[in-house]
Amino acid sequence: MNAPWRLWGRQLTGVLRLELKKSFLSRRGWWIYLLALGPVVLTASHWLISSRGHWGEHSLAEDNRVYAGIFQVFYLRLGIFFGCVGIFANLFRGEILEKTLHYYLLSPLRRELLAISKYVAGLLTAIVFFGGSAGLSYVFIHLHYGPEFEEFLFQGPGLEQLGWYLLVAVLASIGYGAVFLVLGQWFGNPMIPAAVVMVWEAINSFLPPILKKISVIFYLKSLCPVDLPPDPHGPFLSLLTLDAEPIPAWLAIPGLLVVSGAVLCYAARRARRIEISYSE
Amino acid sequence: MTEPRISFDNVSRFYGDVLGVNRVNLSIPPGVTSLVGPNGSGKTTLLNLMTGLIRPTRGQVRVLGLTPDRPEELFPQVGYCTQFDAFPRGLTGYQFLYSFLLLHGKGREQAEEQAWQALQRFNLTEAAHRKVAAYSKGMRQRLKLAHATAHQPSVLALDEPLNGLDPMARAETIALFREWGARGMHVIVSSHILHEVDRISDQVILLSHGYVVAEGQIQGVRSEVTEQPMQILIRCDRPGVLAALLFQQNHVVEAAIHPDGKGLLVRTRDADSLYLLLNRVVVENQLDVESVAPADENVHSVYQYLIGPHGGTT
Repeated sequence: MNAPWRLWGRQLTGVLRLELKKSFLSRRGWWIYLLALGPVVLTASHWLISSRGHWGEHSLAEDNRVYAGIFQVFYLRLGIFFGCVGIFANLFRGEILEKTLHYYLLSPLRRELLAISKYVAGLLTAIVFFGGSAGLSYVFIHLHYGPEFEEFLFQGPGLEQLGWYLLVAVLASIGYGAVFLVLGQWFGNPMIPAAVVMVWEAINSFLPPILKKISVIFYLKSLCPVDLPPDPHGPFLSLLTLDAEPIPAWLAIPGLLVVSGAVLCYAARRARRIEISYSE
Repeated sequence: MTEPRISFDNVSRFYGDVLGVNRVNLSIPPGVTSLVGPNGSGKTTLLNLMTGLIRPTRGQVRVLGLTPDRPEELFPQVGYCTQFDAFPRGLTGYQFLYSFLLLHGKGREQAEEQAWQALQRFNLTEAAHRKVAAYSKGMRQRLKLAHATAHQPSVLALDEPLNGLDPMARAETIALFREWGARGMHVIVSSHILHEVDRISDQVILLSHGYVVAEGQIQGVRSEVTEQPMQILIRCDRPGVLAALLFQQNHVVEAAIHPDGKGLLVRTRDADSLYLLLNRVVVENQLDVESVAPADENVHSVYQYLIGPHGGTT
């Protein structure tokens, strides 16, 4: 049998060419760029102000914990979450709004492959934006410590922490990407289902064990390299950051990949049933 | 061996409660076939069903034996120029064609070559490196036609393909359709410009309110409209004499002398009898007949009879 892999590879590359151009130059995506850029600007400002000695006394360990808070609260709960809503929910919906989806549907491209190619394009975009942002922010928040940061990075736990943060950012993009790809296929306006998913993720700690596993945050929390102490000012941050039931990395990573894979398979199957009705 | 056809087998499509098309049975041979009907009659629905952009509620569509729900098999054979006037953002005309040819699995060189061929075919080479957003409506229409044909399909579905084209481009495009039809391609054209449909079509499909009202070669369709007398124009030297002779026949409903005084427009319920009679009358009365031709064997007349204000469908 003639293996179609070569053809599929060409088609995937073709879709990526078109999709990446749109992802990185989208006027509609300005708020996603801001979401990714925000923490970089903040941490870069922190570096500039601190390096001039205007920030007051603080330690590398404190900034390291602050970054852990930024990552868990901002990146996981807001930045990557809503960034993925913007990127993945619009992969099909955006083209329906612009009335251009039919060009793909009139190509000799398996619809499943179209869904997967679009997902890969969205994933690359999310990883560049949010992985890049998380990495840069990590460096900027510690950068003013100079040699102390270098030692922390290369002789201490810094590089490993950075690696974990990047991995979590990638896994978050994989998980939320798959979820919002499906929601973008289901709903005309994905913001309401996104809010429902957000609540679901927020109450994850209180869910029965079986339901906990149908979640992205369940797998990611355990992988964050720095634990946050309970928030003394109120339960809200603790709700978002505490990991009541940590699971080991060897289970969390494949677990998230399996859940994401299952959702992605569903999205690919559903793509087979897509019809063009731009007027709706 | 049977010739490859596009077939609709008892196909219906509803949009919720709204009828798109109902119980369509068609078998479309190669050549140029025009879909004719007023707005909302189901022309675009048929083309969308044929290309898998929508699925039938009931029935089955097959294009050269292929089902439209397998795009990977269908679209090497089929090109579709839709009515949607939108293009992916940020691309030039060349990039647009090249990018979508890559999705056909073409290699870079082949995609490049076919993109330029398509641009050339529709006189877009000069604008090839300009952003599509800066194209005029006519250029965008030509680019859509270039996209539909760039991969050299054997079936072309064209939804109002002449929209926005200037007269020169229309003439060139019509010539292309005829050429492709003559070459044995299936060219399915939806149009409401009836005199152009007449020039293009080998056969027509008349639609009204989602139903196929008539199909086939235009002469055949016209002859089936028996409730409307046939109009025949006879150019001759003594139309008055001829009128007097023909009026004696029961099947002749009307005979009107042409304004230039050199012809007679006859309306008859039995064209065959008229032609036989004419042979005899001409010989017996030594009339000098220049031509005898049907005056309403065209899409416009058939459309008026079947669909228009005096049509039989409601």
